[in-house]
Amino acid sequence: MTASAHILQKGSVTRVMLLVLACLLPGVLAYAWHFGWGIVINLVWASLLALALEALALGLRGYPLKPFLADGSALVTAWLLALSLPPLAPWWLTLVGMAFAIGVAKHLYGGLGQNIFNPAMVGFAVLIISFPAQMTQWSAPLSLAAHPLNFGESLSFIFGGGLPSGVALDAVVTATPLDTVRTGLLQQHTLGEIHAASHVFGSIGGVGGEWVAAGYLVGGIALWALRIVPWQVPVAFLAGIWLTAGFLHWADAGRFAAPWFQIATPSVMLGAFFIATDPVSGSTTPRGRLIFGLGAGFLAVIIRVFGGYPDGVAFAILLMNLCVPLIDAWTQPLVFGEAKKK
Amino acid sequence: MELHRFPGGIHPEEHKKESSSRPIHAAFVPRKLVVPMRQHIGQPAKPIVRVGDHVLKGQMIAEADGYVSVALHAPSSGTVTDIGLSKVPHPSGLPDLCITISTDGRDEWCERTPVDWRNTDPAALRGHVRDFGIAGLGGAVFPSSIKLDPAGGPAIHTLILNGGECEPWITCDDRLMRERAEDILEGARIMQHLIGAEKLIAGIEDNKPEAIAAMRTAAQKIGVAIEVVAMPTIYPGGGGKQITKTLTGLDTPSGGRTTDVGVQVFNVGTSYALSRALNHGEPLVSRIVTVTGHVLRPQNYEVLIGTPMSELLLHAGEREGLTGIIMGGPMMGFDVPAMDVPVVKASNCVLAKSKELFPPRPPEMPCIRCTQCVPVCPAELQPQQLYWFARAKDLGRAQEYHLFDCIECGCCSYVCPSHIPLVDYYRYAKSEIWAREKEKRLADTARERHEFRLFRLEREKKEKAERLAAKAATKKAEAPALSTAEQDAKKKLIQEALARAQARKAAVTPKNVDNLPPEKQAEIAEVEARRAKIREIAKQPVEPEQH
Repeated sequence: MTASAHILQKGSVTRVMLLVLACLLPGVLAYAWHFGWGIVINLVWASLLALALEALALGLRGYPLKPFLADGSALVTAWLLALSLPPLAPWWLTLVGMAFAIGVAKHLYGGLGQNIFNPAMVGFAVLIISFPAQMTQWSAPLSLAAHPLNFGESLSFIFGGGLPSGVALDAVVTATPLDTVRTGLLQQHTLGEIHAASHVFGSIGGVGGEWVAAGYLVGGIALWALRIVPWQVPVAFLAGIWLTAGFLHWADAGRFAAPWFQIATPSVMLGAFFIATDPVSGSTTPRGRLIFGLGAGFLAVIIRVFGGYPDGVAFAILLMNLCVPLIDAWTQPLVFGEAKKK
Repeated sequence: MELHRFPGGIHPEEHKKESSSRPIHAAFVPRKLVVPMRQHIGQPAKPIVRVGDHVLKGQMIAEADGYVSVALHAPSSGTVTDIGLSKVPHPSGLPDLCITISTDGRDEWCERTPVDWRNTDPAALRGHVRDFGIAGLGGAVFPSSIKLDPAGGPAIHTLILNGGECEPWITCDDRLMRERAEDILEGARIMQHLIGAEKLIAGIEDNKPEAIAAMRTAAQKIGVAIEVVAMPTIYPGGGGKQITKTLTGLDTPSGGRTTDVGVQVFNVGTSYALSRALNHGEPLVSRIVTVTGHVLRPQNYEVLIGTPMSELLLHAGEREGLTGIIMGGPMMGFDVPAMDVPVVKASNCVLAKSKELFPPRPPEMPCIRCTQCVPVCPAELQPQQLYWFARAKDLGRAQEYHLFDCIECGCCSYVCPSHIPLVDYYRYAKSEIWAREKEKRLADTARERHEFRLFRLEREKKEKAERLAAKAATKKAEAPALSTAEQDAKKKLIQEALARAQARKAAVTPKNVDNLPPEKQAEIAEVEARRAKIREIAKQPVEPEQH
């Protein structure tokens, strides 16, 4: 005896989630192209973990498995976390991260639609605080690596930790451009010197990384065109980064990297279009989304530049997740005919 | 004419072609008519016939009960066989008071008296409108007599004839405008006369070009100054606030009505019924109903009020695989509780369901705050927030977020990827708020009564004390007023009476002790003395016992 519409537009949560995954593909392809098999193996591994952990959590909570496993939300969490981790991250790192993402951040808060924080970012934050060493072992771009790992070697490194004989770890992993800048600055070098001394810098961002970022950008624009994400969040997020980094760069170009460099990192583009836009943990009002994006962008740069962690995007988004109830309450738009009343 | 875009809205599949190509089928008389007393907003009508009465078509069988009410009439001639609870088309599924008429098949009219509306006092004219049973036929069934009363509100500058008919499947207004445009416009003339609007506009969605043409032709023919406007087809463009925005650009204030901005909106069917009533003396006993969906011959019928929907389906050709009936459209209509519920004044459409046309709603998933409901909401609400508040029973917040601006159009439930029946939640929250307000009103009344009782008791006590004091004062004041002679006479009377009494007492001597021997006499005297002593002791104050 329903009073709601008897007809429905085609669409479902599953469709939304699958479209998000589809729009991640350009970035994933660029990632695999430039950094090798590691990311592909880790995406598959994280996806399997996500489905298993989701099924376990649903079973413990007495929820039906089929509709909730099919909604695809766990897969999105898995991909976002895997794409945030070093592509050769050991198998147990992904396991711990996913356990926190699905078990704690999602299901302890009430499951789909109830989480205050973005689950993937919670998993990431736990890992970067607990396992800083493993979290900074980024594979070198294939073009720079002394020994690019093939599929089998990547697989055995991720699951066994062993490298082919005669290959040192340095031949496989390297510091990220952000790390290079951070370390260089700590050693009192100027940005110019740092850039000149390292091969990891590409034309805008890092070698390879800038292409991954471009892939996310393309997918993100598609996501907006499909009306899955609103324009306000990515635009405000990128503007927040640009303005903050731009101001710092303008104040001291020797110490603070250019805004283009800050923006052309994979984490920023992934954050702007796929993580800050998470509807569950983000703001829902148009003005609120602008505030949310600007705040996250600002915090991301501040944490990157002044904080102790290699990147700030995850923490920035988590901090803004906290502010959402307040932002939403403050930014309620006027309803039809409301302005006239006053 | 410049058109304006109202916020929100959707474009569901129209499904108008199925029923719009055939002309309106004339009324048929079913064997039994069940006329519910509550067919309009407000007080239900009060039956004025008795079981066994013979009634003629158009004869009043129930009168309007109060200001917000309308009368009801026998839809055909026959005999009243029952006045009692019967199944009605209401989402609650609860039975309601109905008058059942067993028809005689003659469909014999009572005497029809047209009203000379141009020369009738407006108040009396509105009384006629109410007694002819006219209520809004667009779906809300609000008594038209009230909407035609311009007193007490802002001046109405624009009268809108609503031919939007934005719900999918429904074509009754379309066919009515195509076939009976002149009567619609005659009705509009009466409305304009009553509410004094300078401007008359008919808004018709542009998916009904034949209706637009017919209305324009009729207006020219009978000389009614009306602007017939083709509006873009957007659901819910036929909503009162939405059509007002489209045609006039005026925003109805939040929590208000279109009359607040000087616009009154009437459905074309209501206008037609008004003209039939006043110009031809025919009360509202039938209406045009679209019978469509899972039937062999989807078509519009002129249906007597009270006709069982199941009989309508038989006429339109019932098909295998019927899964239910929606009264109204697929967006705002509801599943009727039984197939044989009667057609009422609000029944613009009888929509037969099948599994193919209306598959069961997929299971409800949690809200992921995707806000796809926000851009489609014509009231510019935050449906996802209202949903959370309704679920959490946070009714105060729901009201703060303008729950009562929701027109229940269903756009949000239509687009929701989690398939949440959002409107159900809003209706639940609204009814909860109403129930609580009612409870609060009752509690307030009870408290006021109690407080008044205390006040009254206090007052009575005070008044009594004052009265007694006043009485005492007057007695004191009056006492010396008695003359000494009167007093003396009184005293004398009293003394005489006392003397008489003492004499009587003295005269009566105990007889049983008369002839006792002296020792007995002495004994008695002793006993008497003892008793006297005891009496003496008893008279002395007793020390309170110490505990």
